[in-house]
Amino acid sequence: MRKRLAAIAAVALIASLAACGGSDDPSDDASAGSPDETTLTVYAAASLKSTFTELGKDFEADHDGVKVTFNFAGSSDLVSQLQSGAPADVFASADQNNMDKAIADKLVEGAPVFFASNTLQIVVPAGNPAGVRNLGDLADPEVKTVVCAPEVPCGAAAVKVEDASGVDIQAVSEEQSVTDVLNKVVTGEADAGLVYVTDVLAAGDKVEGIYFPESDGVVNSYPIAPLADSKEADLAAQFVELVLGDVGQKVLTDARFARP
Amino acid sequence: MPRPASGSGLPGWVFVPAAAGALFVVLPLVAMATRVDWSQFVTLVTSDSSRAALGLSLRTSLATTVLCVVLGVPMAMVLARTSFRGQGVLRSLVLLPLVLPPVVGGIALLYTFGRHGLLGHSLDVLGVQIAFSTTAVVMAQTFVALPFLVLSLEGSLRTAGSRYEQVASTLGARPTTVLRRVTLPLVLPGLVSGAVLSFARALGEFGATLTFAGSLEGVTRTLPLEIYLQRESDADAAVALSLVLVIVAVVVIGLARVRRGGLA
Repeated sequence: MRKRLAAIAAVALIASLAACGGSDDPSDDASAGSPDETTLTVYAAASLKSTFTELGKDFEADHDGVKVTFNFAGSSDLVSQLQSGAPADVFASADQNNMDKAIADKLVEGAPVFFASNTLQIVVPAGNPAGVRNLGDLADPEVKTVVCAPEVPCGAAAVKVEDASGVDIQAVSEEQSVTDVLNKVVTGEADAGLVYVTDVLAAGDKVEGIYFPESDGVVNSYPIAPLADSKEADLAAQFVELVLGDVGQKVLTDARFARP
Repeated sequence: MPRPASGSGLPGWVFVPAAAGALFVVLPLVAMATRVDWSQFVTLVTSDSSRAALGLSLRTSLATTVLCVVLGVPMAMVLARTSFRGQGVLRSLVLLPLVLPPVVGGIALLYTFGRHGLLGHSLDVLGVQIAFSTTAVVMAQTFVALPFLVLSLEGSLRTAGSRYEQVASTLGARPTTVLRRVTLPLVLPGLVSGAVLSFARALGEFGATLTFAGSLEGVTRTLPLEIYLQRESDADAAVALSLVLVIVAVVVIGLARVRRGGLA
């Protein structure tokens, strides 16, 4: 009995360690669909989820027999998957830095083009319990502020805002992603956070966004490019055109993305 | 007819899937070790952020292990030595964190001890703030690690039986004396291995910590969180730190084996 229990415990230990962290491998998605259907695989930054999902439906409506599948994740995760040989046709990054990594590894076809930009906003729980009014308030240790870690794009932008404004934000936590920051604010654990304008809108009624003038100087531009290993080069180019064209730009600006 | 392998009494074919299973576990660790940039290894693992993360991981895991022993030993005793209505259900509930995704544990803790959680307001009134503190890390780790100690120790208690305890009490020993002088020494190996399992599980805890405690260097960013973050910017540092975590885990489990070997 004891041995059996010990064995169960050991197995459970391993299983639970394995379950920790790591994002899903999306490469299986590419094989979905019927044989006479062409699949276009788009790797896009997590912040593009709602806009690109909509554009994907538009693209499918205009192209018979074409299915668009997406992998939405942090841009650096996407680049490392592409570097490991994940099959994809288009890459849309949330920052230039990660696109540069893809260019350096010759993963990209042609020169990437900027298609949107995003700025930071202060996000507070609905009702703004800590009474935050401007960026300077985030330097108050009484205000529990959460930001992204400098290693991820939204955190790098936050550091630039701090440098430019001279405000020393007293963060109680430096999170892995925008989603983690938003979650801490939505649940009311944090009084304030720094995320993108588009994230504030996507989070709905549970949060409020506060514009701060210092954000104007820190604009994050999103580049897009077809990928060199794409087997559907024409479709990939057409998808990029859709994003850059009137339809794509309207969907993006409706979601509060700014023009590049 | 399958020929028994020499000495073991096992049929020879058993060794094939056994070897495949062992390879499946060992090979990825070897593969990871081959990707370590050894010229940079020392620099990467001794950086301020790495040392802060390792130190925090060891301190919180140790605190978690102590908490698991304090809470888990009585729990295992109640489960092993008593029988009451609903005990089976209770045991299943206590062991639930074993199969729960840790992030679910983190969400559950948040809605219990968080600012707006079930107990959060009462704690706030008492001036206790748990969110974003090292206490939150220890709580997240204890939540996921406690079942390992309870499970392991309950098994030991049931195997050991209660004959010696009955003899001791007929000879006039008080319950606490029986517990201290008979029961605990009997199940000490099980207690040690349970404690080691809890420590190892606490060391690897990621999801509940990230969800419940946040991530700040030296306060809440344990080694697994640091590895996950470094992956974003510096893959070499992430691999180097992963290897450190593997080494620490191997040393801990190795020490436990030596202890148990010495006692057996």
